[in-house]
Amino acid sequence: MKELRIHGRGGQGSVTAAELIATAAFEGGVSAQAFPMFGVERRGAPVQAFVRFADKKIRLRSQVYEPDYIIVQDSTLIADVNVFAGMKKGGIAIVNTAKGGGWTVPPGVRLITVDATGIALETLGVPITNTSLMGAFAAASGEITLEAIENAIRHRFSEELARKNIEAARRAYNLVKGAA
Amino acid sequence: MMRFIEGSLAVSDAVRMCRPDVVSAYPITPQTHIVESLAEMVANCTLDAEYITVESEFSALSACLGAVAAGSRAYSATSSQGLALMFEVCFNLAGMRLPMVMTIANRAISAPLSIWNDQQDSISLRDSGWLQFYAEDNQEAADLHYLAYKVAEDQKILLPAMVCFDGFILSHTYEPVDMPTQEEVDAYLPKFNPCQRLDAKDPISFGMFAFPEYYMEFRYAIDQALQQSREKIREAGKEFKEKFGRDYSALVEGYRLEDAETVLVAMGSLCGTAKDAIDEMRGAGRKVGLLKIRTYRPFPGEEVAAALKGAKRVAVLDKNISLGSKGAVGLEVKDVLYGSGIPVLDYIVGLGGRDMRKRDIERIVTLAEKGEGDLFYGLREEVA
Amino acid sequence: MALSVGCTAKPGKSRGNRTGAWRVFKPAFKHNKCTKCGLCAMVCPEGCIIEQEDEFMIPDYDYCKGCGLCAEECPAEDIEMVKEEK
Repeated sequence: MKELRIHGRGGQGSVTAAELIATAAFEGGVSAQAFPMFGVERRGAPVQAFVRFADKKIRLRSQVYEPDYIIVQDSTLIADVNVFAGMKKGGIAIVNTAKGGGWTVPPGVRLITVDATGIALETLGVPITNTSLMGAFAAASGEITLEAIENAIRHRFSEELARKNIEAARRAYNLVKGAA
Repeated sequence: MMRFIEGSLAVSDAVRMCRPDVVSAYPITPQTHIVESLAEMVANCTLDAEYITVESEFSALSACLGAVAAGSRAYSATSSQGLALMFEVCFNLAGMRLPMVMTIANRAISAPLSIWNDQQDSISLRDSGWLQFYAEDNQEAADLHYLAYKVAEDQKILLPAMVCFDGFILSHTYEPVDMPTQEEVDAYLPKFNPCQRLDAKDPISFGMFAFPEYYMEFRYAIDQALQQSREKIREAGKEFKEKFGRDYSALVEGYRLEDAETVLVAMGSLCGTAKDAIDEMRGAGRKVGLLKIRTYRPFPGEEVAAALKGAKRVAVLDKNISLGSKGAVGLEVKDVLYGSGIPVLDYIVGLGGRDMRKRDIERIVTLAEKGEGDLFYGLREEVA
Repeated sequence: MALSVGCTAKPGKSRGNRTGAWRVFKPAFKHNKCTKCGLCAMVCPEGCIIEQEDEFMIPDYDYCKGCGLCAEECPAEDIEMVKEEK
């Protein structure tokens, strides 16, 4: 079983990202589970969402403490929350930032930075970074394909919104693939 | 068809296929997605029902009460304070013998204010005369609605039923759920056929005044119906298995109970985490099993006693506390095993959303092996 | 949080939640065309725009969450939302 933990703030689409990543994994034939941990129900408050991937039925219901992957939607969270806590060796941390990083990650963890806010502003016109980061996650982890993400986005959003979000996911995907 | 769906939406879709005539509810976290979705279905004409908007949970359940009395199939959903506000109406539905189904997305009760999960809300209504089912996963949560209507509306039972599933932990979780077709549900769940109803041409009154010479007999009749509902649940569960393949013919479910020395007893989503923890402990040679209680009212005393008879010790995980006493499931299990000599240790866990991990289950098993129980598990250092 | 009897709290507890951390855009108060009308302070959902001694308004960036309502409502169009690099 592989586990993903998404750190974000209310309004950035962390819960939707977890849902869409898990949906994409399920469509790809694996068992999946996605769920949020809400803090206070308010825009801007720190939020976590979790995804599990497995080849059999997932029964475990606790939160994710030792993730294989993390996605950080907002690098300002790193000052407040220990987003890298418990990460497994060989894990991948995807952080949204326009700067190059510079954070100390646990040993054996690969840090990938993406300017998802920049991509979102250019493609969607609003700083909602989840679909860009989903593209980056697909490229970095290989748990899901870009095509499966595109399908999940198509099912979730109206036509025009889906087109823009798919563009955001593709751009982040290609950026991470190109850097690898 | 297998769908990847949020728990709340699996429930609302199951409810749609039960063809309720009247839905009345008041939104409250974490139940909101269920009734939002049903309201949308009514607005889009994919559900042919009256959706009655109200100003409070008290009115929501009162509207349902009137609807059932008039011969309709009614549905509601709530959580926490919402259920607390329904307290009086809950007793009235059972007392007037008006069957309906209500989903409880289990949430802690104030104060302190908490939006997160435990089972204190529905447990606090255990004495109201409603049937109570607890779901381990969203498959069970959806399935139990078809079964609950069938049992509740049985002419020999005529009692309302709560389908309880853990708020957020299940209600907000996306996972695969096998949803039947409308035809399959229709073949399992017949139309509601009330034995008596409000009718202007043949008027009756429900819930009349009972003098001390009669009140007890009415209460006795409710208890008798609940006692008899065990057999109806088994029958409905057997038919469910024949039609849908999933087995709910027992009121409890054992997991790796063969030769188990320590048996955990739990209800709801915690059972899933416990099963994973048990697999790990079994791998390390520890003889541990789980008894999951799916039906809490009526309490399946005989099945619990039979399942636990070989145990050396029983550790009950209660996501509730009867303040000043013990956990509600622990008390039942102690009652059932009275005189057997098997020690029953109760653990209050996961109140107000405190997360329960596999390692917590393992630690509780270790405590039970040492004979340490009847305690709040995992309290902060300041109070421990 | 402290384990008080009855889960009580003194006034001002929410000041601990520095809501300014979540901001992509920041309102720049230019004070060029500002008429000191105070509408920005009135519409601010955080109540964090404060009148200075010179009667000009200044947001408290510890709490401003960058919603942009002040810039949208400013009749003089004297508040600009600028992308903030953190």
